[in-house]
Order: sequence, then C-alpha cells, then structure tokens
Amino acid sequence: MNHSNRTIWGYRRENGRVGVRNHVAILPLDDISNAACEAVAAHIQGTIALPHAYGRLQFGEDLELHFRTMIGTGANPNVAACIVIGIEPHWTEKVVAGIAKTGKPVAGFWIEGNGDIATVAAAARKAKEFVHLASEQVRVECPLTDLWVAAKCGESDTTTGLASCPTVGNMYDKLVPQGLYGCFGETSELTGAEHLAAARAATPEIAEKFMKTWTAYQRDVIEAHKTSDLSDSQPTKGNIAGGLTTIEEKALGNLEKIGKKIKYIDVLEPAEQPARGAGLYFMDTSSAAAECCTLQAAAGYVVHVFPTGQGNVIGNPIMPVIKVSGNPRTVRQMSEHIDVDVSGIVRREITIDQAGDRLIDCIVRTANGRFTSAEALGHREFVMTKLYRSA
Amino acid sequence: MPNIPQLLIHGRHDNVGVVVVEGLTAGTDMFCVVTEDNSELRARCNQDVPIGHKVALKDLAVGETVIKYGEDIGRVVAPIAKGDHVHTHNLKTKRW
Repeated sequence: MNHSNRTIWGYRRENGRVGVRNHVAILPLDDISNAACEAVAAHIQGTIALPHAYGRLQFGEDLELHFRTMIGTGANPNVAACIVIGIEPHWTEKVVAGIAKTGKPVAGFWIEGNGDIATVAAAARKAKEFVHLASEQVRVECPLTDLWVAAKCGESDTTTGLASCPTVGNMYDKLVPQGLYGCFGETSELTGAEHLAAARAATPEIAEKFMKTWTAYQRDVIEAHKTSDLSDSQPTKGNIAGGLTTIEEKALGNLEKIGKKIKYIDVLEPAEQPARGAGLYFMDTSSAAAECCTLQAAAGYVVHVFPTGQGNVIGNPIMPVIKVSGNPRTVRQMSEHIDVDVSGIVRREITIDQAGDRLIDCIVRTANGRFTSAEALGHREFVMTKLYRSA
Repeated sequence: MPNIPQLLIHGRHDNVGVVVVEGLTAGTDMFCVVTEDNSELRARCNQDVPIGHKVALKDLAVGETVIKYGEDIGRVVAPIAKGDHVHTHNLKTKRW
C-alpha cells in the first residue's frame, strides 16, 4: 500500500506542529502543587491535571531534566493550552516561559502568599477561558507524515520479536522516509543487541554517541547500583513467564521495532526535542514503560505505538498509546487493551507487511480522534525520570 | 489446520525455535517454519511447552552458545537434548 499521500485530521498549533488531542493541561511544577491542580481539573470540565512526585530540591542535571520534562509536556502539540501551578513564582515562571515559546496560551500561578484556595480560584478562572479557546479549535487536514510517532515495547515475550515489534518496524520503514519523526529508547534493554543498534546509526559519529550513551548507562546506572546479577529485573518476571530467558534475547526482539532499512539520525538526552529534522531518533531512556513514554511525550511526540507480548496496559495522559500484540493468548485474555491484533503473523495468516499497513491505519484513526484502548480505560501514567536523590 | 506452525524459528542457523500455539504437549511432532526464508521442517518436543517458550533444535552441551535471530542469546548451563524446553533452568545471560 502506498502511504505517501495519506492525511489525518489534526490540530495545527501556533508553531506549525500537528497535535492529535486538544488538552487543556493543569501542570504542577512540584509534588506539593498536585492538590491545587487536581482541584482545578475537578472543577473545570475539559481540563486534565498531571500530578507527579517531584520538583523540590532537585539540582544539576536532574533539575535540568525536570524542567525539560515539564516544559516539553506543556509544549506538546497535543496540549492546546496550559496552566502551571507551583509553590513559588520563580521556577513556575521558568516553566511558563518555556512553554510560551510555542506561542500557545499558558499561565502560571503560585501558592506561597496566596494559599491553595485563592490559587485554585484564580487558576480555575483562567482554565475556563482556555477551555473555551481549546474547544473552538477545529481539526484541519494534515499530511500523515507531519506526525511524530514514538515507540517503546513492554511486557515483552518471544512473540514481540516475531510479530508486534517487526510490525512497528515495518511502519517506520514505510513512513520515516516520507518525513515522519520516529523515536526509540530503552538504553538498558538494548544490551545484547548494542552492536546491531550501533550499526543502525546514520554515521560513525552517531554510532559513537550511541555507544557512549549505552556504556554510560551500564556503568553509571546498572553497575553502580546493582546488588545481584540483575536477572531478577531484566528480563522481568512477566518476560520470563512469556518465554524470554536472557537480556540478549529480549534486546534482539526489542530492536526489531526500528525496522530493517532506516537509520537513526541522532542520539537524544532524556526528553530532548529532536532538532535534526524528520527521521528516526534514539533517546536515552529507562526501559520502564511510563518513564519512557513520559520522556517521549515531553520531547514532542504526539502518538505512541506500543508492542506488547504478555499485555502491558500503559497509557499516557497527553499522548495516545496504541497497543500492538502478536500473542494469540494475550489478544484473547486481554482484548480490551489491544488496539492492533497482529497474532495472525505467528499463524502465518498475515505478513509483517500487511500488519504494518494495519498499524498505519490505526495510527490514522487514532490521530483523527479515535480513543485508544488505554485512553478509553483511563490510563494516564505520568512518571518523571529522576536521575539521583534530591539535595 | 495443518498450515498453522507450532514452532517458529527466526534464522536458518538458530539452534532454538519458539512455540507459537497453546497447549503443546510432550511428544508432539511439530510443524516448524523458519521465518527468514519460509522453509519448513518437523521437530519433536520432549516436554509440554507453553506458548512463547523455546525448544532446542539440536543437542547442546554446557558452555555452548544458544543462537536465536542468528545472534548469541546466552550460554547453556545444563545439558540440553534436541527437543528439550530451553529456559532459565538451562540457559543464562552472558551479560549480568
């Protein structure tokens, strides 16, 4: 099937990016502002609060990542407008200023000197204004390849490497050359396939950057903190139940989701926005689903494709997550979580090429507004990545 | 349904394949397909093996390397006979 002229109906934002959802986000700068944000969201219909656990006494690289994630989340094209609430004005204004660069409506409120109740009242009044603005936005026809589509797999098993990851890879092989932005991550889960991942970099310099990132994760995260040989965590208990035995086997299946042909054109820091134009990017992320999806959404990705074997149920509050599974038992036992059933691949009823087309169809329908299973089931996992303890 | 494979093998040089049907019982003469080239073969499994789990395609001695996707996925830590279930009891990572 030729996908070059396909279009979707999305929201063209002030900065030219295309969003597929139209959220008014109520974003807490820090953990202690969650209650105020949730109060605003409970009062003003059409808003969504994004509570999280951090934002106080962070410093250095970890603080930079916190700001990048906050600003990136508010700046995501799936967000029409954003309210930021923090305990104090300085960091709150920093996040507001970062989001404002996109040109979208954004306003900040702080609790110190005002208290929760007055802050909630003022923020709710502004949020109501933003809801009126957002709800008058009209979807317009945009090229399918204006989308930024991220991928990450979870609760993988051996069918992931046989069916659902190759399906995602086939989609990327078809759409990335047409102008789609793609993204994969999961640094630790490429262990055993790192040589193959390095070989898929567009240039030797990018391959070197990848190996440096992968080696640093091994040294600074895994080696520095492990108390055993990690076999209890990677592969996970779910992976092992599904038949995956070693990290090498898991990594080789994981890497199937970047397809056979395309190469990645840069290595991104966590939550870093891609800056080298259309193409596939590798992002340095944890392999935990919610952390990885949160970082990819903060980098600006608007749709997520998520291959699963045993049935990971992850969602994201601002980015629709499309579940793809090729495990016949999972699609039967957990059908309400699976958007694209590719179990026909292991029965040899459909090819990976046909499965890739089915996934592209589902991306189009999702971009046009169809709720994913995770959205319908209320999955809104928003999990910040923290690099080390706070001061 | 004779065309539905019971075991899929990624690469021609792999020494394990993946069970892709539920309820596979010991002694089954499995219909196997190599996904790399669509070639077909038959192999017998020695135990009941759950869907998604691996079966050895040849005898493997302790210390040998298990190959899947044409790549190294770990080392044999207990003797494996052709047709045996391959998992954490007889295969271990070389990484951590």
